[in-house]
Amino acid sequence: MWPMVLRRIGIGFVLIWVVSVLIFLVTQVLPGDAAEIRLGQAATPETLAALRKELGLDQPAVIQYAHWIGDLLTGDLGISAAGGATIASLIENRIGNTVFMTAVVTVVSIPLSILLGLLAAMYPGGLIDRAVTFSTLGLIAVPDFLIAIVLILVLAVQAGLVPAVSYLSGSESFWKKLSILALPIATLVIVVSAQMIRMTRAGVLNVMSSPYVEMAILKGVPRRRIILRHALLNAIGPIVNVIALNLAYLVSGVVVIETIFAYPGLAKLMVDGVQTRDMPIVQACGMIFCSTYVVLILIADIASIVSNPRLRHPK
Amino acid sequence: MPALLEISDLKIQARKDDGSAIEIVKGVSFNVEAGQVVALIGESGSGKTTISLAALAYSKPGLELAGGEVRLNGEDILQMEPLAVRDLRGRRVAYLAQSAAATFNPALKIGEQVTESSVLHGILTQEQADERAEALYRALELPNPDRMGGRYPHQVSGGQLQRLMAAMALCGKPDLLVLDEPTTALDVTTQIEVLKAFKKVIQEEGSAAIYVSHDLAVVAQIADYIVVLYGGEIMEQGPADQIINRPSHAYTRRLMATARPARAAEAKGEARGAHHKATPAIRVKDLTAGYGGIAGGEPAVTILRDVNVQVERGEAVGVIGESGCGKSTLARVVAGLLPAARGDVLLDGQALNPSVKGRRREELQKIQFVFQMADTALNPKQRLGNILGRPLAFYGNLRGKEKRLKVAELLRMVELPPEFAYRYPHELSGGQKQRVNLARALAAGPEVLLCDEVTSALDTIVGANVIELLKGLRENLGVSLVFISHDLSTVASFADKIVVLYAGRVVEQGPVERVLSPPYHPYTRLLITSVPEMRIGWLEESLATREAAAGIARDVKMTATGCPFYSRCPLAIDGLCDQETPPVREDTTGHQISCHHSLTQNDPVRGDRYAANGAAASI
Repeated sequence: MWPMVLRRIGIGFVLIWVVSVLIFLVTQVLPGDAAEIRLGQAATPETLAALRKELGLDQPAVIQYAHWIGDLLTGDLGISAAGGATIASLIENRIGNTVFMTAVVTVVSIPLSILLGLLAAMYPGGLIDRAVTFSTLGLIAVPDFLIAIVLILVLAVQAGLVPAVSYLSGSESFWKKLSILALPIATLVIVVSAQMIRMTRAGVLNVMSSPYVEMAILKGVPRRRIILRHALLNAIGPIVNVIALNLAYLVSGVVVIETIFAYPGLAKLMVDGVQTRDMPIVQACGMIFCSTYVVLILIADIASIVSNPRLRHPK
Repeated sequence: MPALLEISDLKIQARKDDGSAIEIVKGVSFNVEAGQVVALIGESGSGKTTISLAALAYSKPGLELAGGEVRLNGEDILQMEPLAVRDLRGRRVAYLAQSAAATFNPALKIGEQVTESSVLHGILTQEQADERAEALYRALELPNPDRMGGRYPHQVSGGQLQRLMAAMALCGKPDLLVLDEPTTALDVTTQIEVLKAFKKVIQEEGSAAIYVSHDLAVVAQIADYIVVLYGGEIMEQGPADQIINRPSHAYTRRLMATARPARAAEAKGEARGAHHKATPAIRVKDLTAGYGGIAGGEPAVTILRDVNVQVERGEAVGVIGESGCGKSTLARVVAGLLPAARGDVLLDGQALNPSVKGRRREELQKIQFVFQMADTALNPKQRLGNILGRPLAFYGNLRGKEKRLKVAELLRMVELPPEFAYRYPHELSGGQKQRVNLARALAAGPEVLLCDEVTSALDTIVGANVIELLKGLRENLGVSLVFISHDLSTVASFADKIVVLYAGRVVEQGPVERVLSPPYHPYTRLLITSVPEMRIGWLEESLATREAAAGIARDVKMTATGCPFYSRCPLAIDGLCDQETPPVREDTTGHQISCHHSLTQNDPVRGDRYAANGAAASI
C-alpha cells in the first residue's frame, strides 16, 4: 500500500509543476505586460524598456520562469506589478478570510451531507428520500450566483436579517464574523452539499444492493447497523472522493461568491489582479488555488487507497 | 408432531413494470423434518432459490410472497411482524449463499461476520461466539483456526470462504439451514472437500437443511429427501433413494441424462485425427506467459510455463484444470490479448505477433474469442442486429441488405429467429445470450473459436444445448474449437483431444479416450475421481481413496523447478519430483504424460507403449 501512496504523492508534485508551467505560459500569452500597466499613460518606448529590464521582462521566457519558480520555492512570491507591494503581504491580508469561510462551509456541509444522504438511503422512495432528492436535484440545477442573489433578495433586502455585503474590518468577534458571512456561507453550503448528498445516497444505495448486504438482512441484522457498519464502510471510498471534488470546487466557487458579496478574500484579490493585468498576483493566486485543488484530490485518492482492505491487508 | 418446516401451497409472484403480476412459484408444498436434508433441484427459473428464501420469510426485490403458508414449528412466518422476522433470521433459520466471495463483506474481518448474527440475537456473548467460531473452523478443517477470525475475506481462498460461510450460518445454532447452490462455483476437487465438511457438520450439529442445487449427483451425496422443480411447480418428490434410482417423472429422467453424459465417448475410436496431418490450425510452441513486466523472457508473475499445444484443423480441443491453472490465460495469449513472454503462437504455420495490436486484420479474423459471460460481452445498448453487423462490416465489408441477410443467417445458425435482430441483449435469456455471443464470433468467419467457459454460467440442460450447437457448427463450418472448462464431463462429451493444465503447465494431453483411461497422470486421476457420481454413498467411498485425501487443503504452488503437482501428489518421490522437471512420455497416438513414474507402474497393461523423452528416463 505505501508504495502506492508514495506514488500518488509523487504524481501530485508533478501535477503541481505542470500547473505552474501552464499558469506561467497563460500569463505570458495574455496581451500587455506589467511594465505597460504600471506606466500606463506615461509609457514611452524608452521608459518601457528600462522598466522591463528592471523587472526582468526582457529576458527569455525560460529564464523568467526559472526565476519565478525559484523565488516561489524559497517563499518569495514577488512584488505586485501594479502597486509595488510584496505579494506575500497582500495575500497574507486576504488568505485568512478565505480560509475562514471555506473552513466553516466544510465543517457545516460534510456532516450535513452524509447525514442527509444516509437518511435518504435508509428508506429509498420514502418521504425523506423524496424530499431530499427533490430539493437537491433542484439546487444542483441552479447556478451558484443565482442562489446567492435570491438569498440576498430574501434574507438581506426583504427580511433584513443579515448584511448583503460581507465586508470585514478585521476586528470582529468570531460570532459577529459568522453573521456577516451568513449569506456567502449559506450559498456555498447549499451548492456543495446538494451534490455530496446525492453521491452519498447513490454510493450507499449501490452497496445496499450487493449480495453481502442481502446476507446481512438474512442474518437478521437491524437496518441501521446494516447501513452504518456494512454499507457505509464500503461506500467510504467513493464518498470521500466526492467530498474532495466538492471542496476543490469550493476553492474555485469562492471566486464567484467573494465577488458577489465583495468579500475581501483571496479570490477577490485574484479577480482584481486580472482586471489590473497584475500578472504576478494572478500567478501567485492561481498557484495557491491549483495546489489546493491537487492536494484535496490527492487526499481523496489516498483515503480511498487506505479504506480498501485489499490494499491495507495484502494476502 | 408437526414437521420442523411445513411449506403449503406457497405462491410467489413477480411484478412487471406495467403492474401486472406473473406467478413464479405456483403452489408448492413440502415438509422438512428435524435433522433432515431436503434438496430442491431444477434448472434456473424453476423457482428453487425463491422457494428456499421463503423459509426465511424473504423475497428478492421485485418478487412478492403472494399466498400459502410457511410454518416453522407450527407458526406461519409469512404472517410475522418485521421485528419477529428479523429475530428469526440467523437465530432459527440461517442462509448460505452460492457465491461466498460476494456474500462476505470485503471491508469487515471474517470473525466479526461469522459471529455477528449470534451476538446480535443475544444467543452468545462475543467471547462465547468467538470460541464457537474457532471450534467450527476446526470442524470445517480450515487452516490456522485460531487466526482465521482476524483475516479479511480476500485473504482466504474461495473454497475456504465457502466453508467459512457454513461457520457463519452455524454459529447461532439454527434449527434449519438453507444452502443455496453452495458448491456450484467451486472446482470439482474443492467441491468434494466442501461437501464433506458440510455433511459432517450438518450431522454433528443435527440441524435440518434445505439444499438447493441443479446438480443431481451432488444432491445424491447429501440429501435424504429430494424435491424436483420445474417452472415453479413440483414435478416429483420423494426419498433420495427413490428419486435417484427410480425416478418416475419424465423431467427427472431428463435431468439425470444431461447431468452425466456417459464418461468419455469410449466408442469414439482412434481413427479420427489420422486424416489431417496437414499444418495445424494453431500451434503453441514453448510458451511462457504471465503478468507484470517481462525481464529476460520471464514475466513478473508466471502463469503459463513451457506450454506446447497443437490444434488441428476442424479439431475440438478441451482444456481443463482447476481455477487459477492458466486455462483462460492460454486462450488470451492465443488471441493476443496477453502477449507471451517467450515462445510462439503459430496460425497455419505462421508465427503471429504476440500482441493483438500487431496482428493483421486477416489474422484477427481467423481467431475469435467467445467470452464466458455473455452478459458483459454484449453491449447492452446495441440491438443484436448491430452487435452481429459490426464484425460483418469490419471483416466482410458487408453493407445494407447484404448485411441484414447475413445477420439473419447467423441468427438461424445459432437457432434463434431472425426477428431477434431488433432485440436488445437484456430481452434474452442466459442461454440465448450465449448463442448470440457465439454468433458474434462466427460473424467474423473464423478458423479457430476460443470458447472460455461458455457453458459454466448456464444450467445443465441449457448448457447441453449450447454444446450440441457447438458440435453442429464444427461439423457444418469446419472451425477448430478450443474449449476451456473446469468441467471434465462437458469437455469429454465432445472434444477430440484434452489438454490437462496444472499450475500453468501441461501435465497430460492427448486423444480424449486416452486421457480419460489409464494410464493417467496422478492429477488427471484426481480430477476424474473428484467428479461426483450419481449414486448414494459415492462421497464416502471416494474420500476413502488416497487420491482424494491427497487433494485436500493443499495450496497450488507455481514452481519453476520439479513437478508442479509435487505437493499434492500421492505418488510423489521426495528428492526427485520436487527437484527435476518430469520427462514427457508419449505413445504413438500423441498421448503425452509428464511424470517421473514410468507408465508401466501406472498401468501395467498399456504403460509400456510410452516412450520417455526428456531429462530422466524411466525409473
